[in-house]
Amino acid sequence: MPGAVLEMIGVSKGFPGVRALADVDFQLFPGEIHALMGENGAGKSTLIKVLTGVHAADAGEVRLGGERVSVTGPQHAQTLGISTVYQEVNLCPNLTVAENVFIGREPSKAGAIRWREIRRRAAELLTRFHVDVDPGARLGTCSLAIQQLVAIVRAVDISAKVLILDEPTSSLDRDEVEQLFTVMRRLRDDGVAILFVSHFLEQVYEVSDRMTVLRNGRLVGEYRTAELSRIDLVGHMTGRTLSTLEQLHVRDETARVQAEPILKAQGVGRRGAIAPFDLEIHPGEVVGLAGLLGSGRTEAARLMFGADVADSGTITLGGKPVPLRGPNAAIDHGVAFCPENRKSEGLIEDLTVGENIVLALQAANGWLRPLSQARRQELVGRYISALRINPADPDMPARNLSGGNQQKVLLARWLITQPKLLILDEPTRGIDVGAKAEIQKLVVSLAEDGVAVLFVSAELEEVLRISHKIEVLRDRRLITEIGNTGTVTPEGILEIIANGTTP
Amino acid sequence: MKAVIGHRLFWPAAVLVVMLLANVVVTPGFFSIQVRNGHLYGSLIDILLLGSPLMLVALGMTVVIATGGIDLSVGAVVAISGALACYLISGQEDQGAVSGVLVAVALALVLSAVLGFWNGLFVARVGIQPIIATLILMVAGRGVAQLITSGKNINVNSPPYKLIGGGYWLTLPFAVIVVAVVVALTGLAVRRTALGMLLEAIGGNAEASRLVGIRSRRLIVLAYTFCGLCAGIAGLMISSNIATADGNNAGLWMELDAILAVVIGGTALTGGRFTLAGTVLGALVIQTLSTTIYTTGIPPQVTLVFKAVVVAIVCLIQSPAFRAKVFRRRARPAAPPPASPAAADVEVNA
Repeated sequence: MPGAVLEMIGVSKGFPGVRALADVDFQLFPGEIHALMGENGAGKSTLIKVLTGVHAADAGEVRLGGERVSVTGPQHAQTLGISTVYQEVNLCPNLTVAENVFIGREPSKAGAIRWREIRRRAAELLTRFHVDVDPGARLGTCSLAIQQLVAIVRAVDISAKVLILDEPTSSLDRDEVEQLFTVMRRLRDDGVAILFVSHFLEQVYEVSDRMTVLRNGRLVGEYRTAELSRIDLVGHMTGRTLSTLEQLHVRDETARVQAEPILKAQGVGRRGAIAPFDLEIHPGEVVGLAGLLGSGRTEAARLMFGADVADSGTITLGGKPVPLRGPNAAIDHGVAFCPENRKSEGLIEDLTVGENIVLALQAANGWLRPLSQARRQELVGRYISALRINPADPDMPARNLSGGNQQKVLLARWLITQPKLLILDEPTRGIDVGAKAEIQKLVVSLAEDGVAVLFVSAELEEVLRISHKIEVLRDRRLITEIGNTGTVTPEGILEIIANGTTP
Repeated sequence: MKAVIGHRLFWPAAVLVVMLLANVVVTPGFFSIQVRNGHLYGSLIDILLLGSPLMLVALGMTVVIATGGIDLSVGAVVAISGALACYLISGQEDQGAVSGVLVAVALALVLSAVLGFWNGLFVARVGIQPIIATLILMVAGRGVAQLITSGKNINVNSPPYKLIGGGYWLTLPFAVIVVAVVVALTGLAVRRTALGMLLEAIGGNAEASRLVGIRSRRLIVLAYTFCGLCAGIAGLMISSNIATADGNNAGLWMELDAILAVVIGGTALTGGRFTLAGTVLGALVIQTLSTTIYTTGIPPQVTLVFKAVVVAIVCLIQSPAFRAKVFRRRARPAAPPPASPAAADVEVNA
């Protein structure tokens, strides 16, 4: 095997309070597709950012073609021969395909851009990579897959040594992924080293030659794809093997109220987000959605609130079919939703803690029926102390709270409305252990009071600890439902996720 | 002291006070107010009277900006409202009849509100960017005003109509009373109901507001309608004051002064938190500046440059980012930086 084109030796990178990369070694060879695997927060993005010079490593070195380099920024990385294509295409949709390929490095003569030359060379490049698109078409009118490919063509034409593809497939459909893979294989055969990041296990197995697995900022190992089973891969990523069983708190099955379901989804789906699925949620029941990132967890949850509009199926709320064209219909039927992205979709940072807490109730009442000052103070005070929001100052701008307290504010906002179904998307992500336990306890006690909860979390232990039943998702499809009978283990779920079938 | 400086109205108020004091230095009798024929007279009263239309237009603009939008058409609505009222009055046999004036005023205001509603529909229902949606009416509106007046200035001779922009009531200019009432009612409407909070939520984070169930579209349409109505009242004042409907020049560039007043008052153009009191102060700052230019006898050829320089300084002083840069650098060795924007946000505004 020829020498590595790119090498990282003992690279570490820390952020305040977090060790994002710890002593990681990494090798990338010419003519291979190398998958970088790991869960959320494993250090994949940090590794890529160190490679492209967005972050400087605290320790360790990066070698390119055997020589030590210190990459100062993405621009510098590009001149060194390292190009990156991100999930969101960083090109200009208002320019043509050809212009995008050459933007910033237009061939010119005496100060004038040679447009004909640009079109000719772009057409050549596109033909070479079998990208079927008119170079004169506006990029914005092309499909996302074509835009990705144009970005790749551009990146490869600028510098063809190392190509980093960060989640390129997450918004593509099956055929488009195939098209992308064809181009990737062609580049590999031309000797380009490709670093591929994806959350789709099947795609990684389909296209990659080798993989490097990270966990909690540390290197777990480097494997040949053909020699690593899916179950082992998932084990490496999550840090548990089938032999390490953990004793989990088993929920009392009898606590579950068997009644008319509060929410019933039949064939509900949305193209490009989640395949049609069926689901029932009963009063007092906690339903967990489990799956890897990008498995469609969030997408499924959003459809049941009307945050996104389903393009197939029916949702029945309280016995009546309700078309959810927006959140209001769901809210009117007692559904509440705490979105995954607290800051951009939940909290209104300009407003105070108190205002954020009363917002949902006030929105339901309408602006003409304001809560009286006294009632508002009473409600806000009650929930601030019940959820132990800290600092307990209702007049503080919500932006100044910590993540865990912001999450509690969002919970308080919905609890005030006394919802029948509470949809929580990653309510405990990025918050400290204490607040996490409090939120879990809260969910359990809400369920005991008869509230139905749909609980989305990337942490299987958490899902198992509080759910009555678990919906397992994989590759944007709900693959199975399992009752949490006490015999279910995180490993069992991982196995389902890895194999795509029930054991 | 820190609480005073930290208050969000401190800087606009300070600027206004400094400007008024500068006038006293140049014109010693600036603050004197006399009673003549039962009417109050004086430079301060003039500022209030002449600034009335701008205060109203800026008031409506504040509500629109709070939602994260902007309304460029207010100047055109000012022209249309005045044109329609004067056209209707001039067509009456007895221009002095109160009933005829009331009908004309009512129709002009209804039309203004409809125009604002139209803007709101474009923004909230059709989903056009506010700057473009209102640009349509900004350009077309002046044409509409000229259509109403057939391209001429319509002069009216109607004592009841004259009252709106040039008359006195209870010793005060009637226009100032109108502004006071509208500001007070608006303040009550936004702060005694949940309207203000919901508008701030929409402007602060539109997607979060949608997911929390706020029916943003209605509220946005309401904000633009209100803004149109305010511009309509201002249009009546302006045409009444000069007893003429001038489709070409009434309210010309007023949208820019209004936006400026909102910004000087401390409401961010990005939407969210807004302050009506700040806007009133901002409008008074702008009017004081214009008055200052006349009373201090600044040569006409430099008035625009003078105005531009003062406005630039005022905007910089009002900018928390600029203050943080300048004052922090100076104050760091001795004291903590004054007036952090976070401290200003804590203040409950009325």
